[in-house]
Amino acid sequence: MRRGWFRNGMLGLGLAFLYVPILSMIVFSFNNSRLVTVWDSPNSPTLRWYVRLLENDQLLGAAWISVLVAAMTATGAVILGTIAGLVLTRFGPFRGRAFLSAMTTAPLVMPEVITGIAMLLLFVSLEQLIGWPEGRGMLTITIAHITFAMAYVTVVVQSRLAGFDDVLEEAALDLGARPATVFFRITLPLILPALVSGWLLAFTLSWDDVVISQFVAGPGSSTLPMEIFSRVRRGVSPDINALATIMVLIVAIGVVLSTLYMKREEKRREREEQMARRDGNG
Amino acid sequence: MSQKTVDRGQEYVRIEGVTKRFGDFVAVDSVSLSIFKGEIFCLLGGSGCGKTTLLRMLAGFESPTAGRILIDGQDMAGIPPYERPVNMMFQSYALFPHMTVAKNVAFGLEQEGLGKTEIERRVGEMLEIVKLGEFARRKPHQLSGGQRQRVALARALIKKPKLLLLDEPLGALDKKLREYTQFELINLQEQLGVTFVVVTHDQEEAMTLASRIGVMNKGQIVQVGTPTDIYEFPSSRFVADFIGSVNMFEGQLTEDEPGHVRIRCPELDATVYVNHGISAAPEAKVAVAIRPEKIELTRSELAATENRTRGTVKEIAYMGDMSVYLVRLESGRLVRVTIPNTERHADERIVWDEMVYLSWHPSSPVVLTV
Amino acid sequence: MNKALETLQVWFGKRLVIGVPYFWLLLFFAIPFLIVFKISFSWMQPIQPGYAPLFSWVEETQRFVATLNFSNYEVLLDDPLYLGTFLYSVKVAAISTVLCLLVGYPMAYAIARCPPTTRNLFLMLIILPFWTSFLLRVYAWIGLLKTNGVINNSLLALGIIDQPLTLLYTDFAVYIGIVYSYLPFMILPLYSNLEKHDLTLLEAAADLGASPVKSFFWITLPLSMPGIVAGCLLVFIPAVGEYVIPSLLGRTDQLMIGTVLSAQFFGARNWPVASAVAIALLIMLLIPIMLFQRYQRRELQAARR
Repeated sequence: MRRGWFRNGMLGLGLAFLYVPILSMIVFSFNNSRLVTVWDSPNSPTLRWYVRLLENDQLLGAAWISVLVAAMTATGAVILGTIAGLVLTRFGPFRGRAFLSAMTTAPLVMPEVITGIAMLLLFVSLEQLIGWPEGRGMLTITIAHITFAMAYVTVVVQSRLAGFDDVLEEAALDLGARPATVFFRITLPLILPALVSGWLLAFTLSWDDVVISQFVAGPGSSTLPMEIFSRVRRGVSPDINALATIMVLIVAIGVVLSTLYMKREEKRREREEQMARRDGNG
Repeated sequence: MSQKTVDRGQEYVRIEGVTKRFGDFVAVDSVSLSIFKGEIFCLLGGSGCGKTTLLRMLAGFESPTAGRILIDGQDMAGIPPYERPVNMMFQSYALFPHMTVAKNVAFGLEQEGLGKTEIERRVGEMLEIVKLGEFARRKPHQLSGGQRQRVALARALIKKPKLLLLDEPLGALDKKLREYTQFELINLQEQLGVTFVVVTHDQEEAMTLASRIGVMNKGQIVQVGTPTDIYEFPSSRFVADFIGSVNMFEGQLTEDEPGHVRIRCPELDATVYVNHGISAAPEAKVAVAIRPEKIELTRSELAATENRTRGTVKEIAYMGDMSVYLVRLESGRLVRVTIPNTERHADERIVWDEMVYLSWHPSSPVVLTV
Repeated sequence: MNKALETLQVWFGKRLVIGVPYFWLLLFFAIPFLIVFKISFSWMQPIQPGYAPLFSWVEETQRFVATLNFSNYEVLLDDPLYLGTFLYSVKVAAISTVLCLLVGYPMAYAIARCPPTTRNLFLMLIILPFWTSFLLRVYAWIGLLKTNGVINNSLLALGIIDQPLTLLYTDFAVYIGIVYSYLPFMILPLYSNLEKHDLTLLEAAADLGASPVKSFFWITLPLSMPGIVAGCLLVFIPAVGEYVIPSLLGRTDQLMIGTVLSAQFFGARNWPVASAVAIALLIMLLIPIMLFQRYQRRELQAARR
């Protein structure tokens, strides 16, 4: 009997389930027919939807807003999430720690409609009370995105900090470094990989979000997902396929490059460690 | 007391009634201790005895719940680790993985705000001392265990601390390297004249390194003394049992003179005669402790009427340099005796199930009242 | 240098560092919920801000008067539409979670038992779709499930069916959409649990005479319970409030709670009722959310060992 045929079969089917829809989008993005799912073989493949996409100023404008919001969100979320992660793993017990910890994990599972309505009502109340923020737009979207994205960054930073012993920080203190120096020279460089992946994660979360953005966006601040959502609600359109293909391509290239880089680093490290063992035995 | 007098040098570290509680748990229980300038002081004890907590209080990572710590006459209360004239070598070495060896060693000096050239010169010197000059540009993961240990040592010593704390300094090394490094450490300490406080659970390590040992149990210091003191004159049943192996017999004082005592132990055939006085109440319950290597085994009947007993050999364990015999006395008690294997072919060696006589010198037994 | 001053600086520095994320989350996460709670008791108002103030200053009595309005909650209880919507949302989320577990568990198990090199490759393949737009991935299913979509066309071409099946705008389509979008959230906690298992336990079980199937049910499955719970919570909680998937793939005659909430908010502009719906949803999810937080805390503590 061959062992593991069931689980390997399931893995294969599962991966097919994950990738078939994406592949079908890519294939039909080159289809000439407006009917999306009917392959118009005489005139396909074609790049006509890509051309149409590049001429669509509305989508391009929304994409630019999304990039700006996502970049600001990622940066803000990394700063706040790093501090929160540091406070929760390294500051020992303090009053209100449990509450802070609850507030950083709740956004991970909170249904987006609830977060969205809560954020919007806050902004409306604040505007009534103190006149800020004036109306809604990129600023309010960014604030809302930072709030839920920082929860993810906090988790990433926390698990990285938990992964290495705080004895390194103690060693630095012992050698005469003040707490701020310890943070910038020891802690920060060591959690840098977590910050990079946290930044990318926050960027993606913001870039991807449609529900919360819909609640807190104002006129003229439609993000790309909001534009896509209002289009696909009206039905399938081939230029969305083209857009999806471009996004998949960018992500795939990024992931493949970073994987190759990490593989190479790991190989180098392994080689060096082997060398060290050999030297040490001499 | 017949303890060997210690050269009471200049008192350097003074620990006064220090207690550390973690919630309900008392990790360190009113410890008072003096450490002298230029000595290697070992805190020896099993895991959870409070030795590491005491060390961390000296470094400033924990603050005492009660009592105070003075280093060179200065009260350390409220002084953070980065302002103490103390450096530590961590058990895991705690080398910064993202910095080269030279950067690791330079880190402490950079915090003092020294000039670049001064730092470079001193780092170079220090790396020569620990024989790591050619490894300056390597990162910690590119080093072997022994090399990492030397980097950790160099990094702590370059700050010229008044006091160097070493947490299980040889724990992560294999046996061969450990022995070599022990003598290295002692040489380095003598060369630089720094006071060492070493925490270890390994009694052999403590014996070789220390000028004095403080034995800890359940948060308390149970005995302080030179390695010989601790081994030959343990002050309590715990210390006698903890350090090395020992045969302990419960008994009662029958004769108590200033120059000698006699003790009756029900497990032994004859009375125990000890040629020095002790301080205990008459008729007191005491324990007699005799180290395995201080007992002699013979086949022939002994002339002596005291300090002797009889039994049958039950187990023999050949250890190479010596052999361990387990002898069952007539009272049923098992006694451990070690005999050095001085000859290669010992046809005369005592074998299994032989009837043997055990005896010891009147100076060998230690009488313990606590 | 003045010691006392310096100690004070360290103390304040620490407070300040704690204060920054604390203040942010308090202002932008905790307080908003209080506001939602408050507005759920207000009367609707046609002008901005869409709800009447809860407290008003009454000149004659020189007092603040609270005008609490419980009718928003009464509507939820009385109107069968809302109750039905809540039950339907829970049903859809529960079925999708179970399906997700059934699909995700074997996948996580297979990855955890792979050789380490291929393990990372498979993990990357699981996470990769997550980095591409969630909206577009849901959208892709429209093209597949439509009456003249890829699935129907293929089945027709193969002669398996004569009439195209109604796949889109059904419960089935919503299950597929949720399973598809949330699968990585199920697989990752399961994987990180399964990967830590000591495989000698299975050898010991085999040595004691248990068949592979028995060892799975008696050893692997109980040990992976924390991963199962975490994965299910990570899928179930957001799925109850899901809004995008049902509005793209779901039925039009039966709405999910997230859709109703946004409809009340954007369509009817009835903010107080929308707030009451949000609060009711939150209360319903409180226990699962707290369970999830407990799991998170344990995971982080375990990582620190």
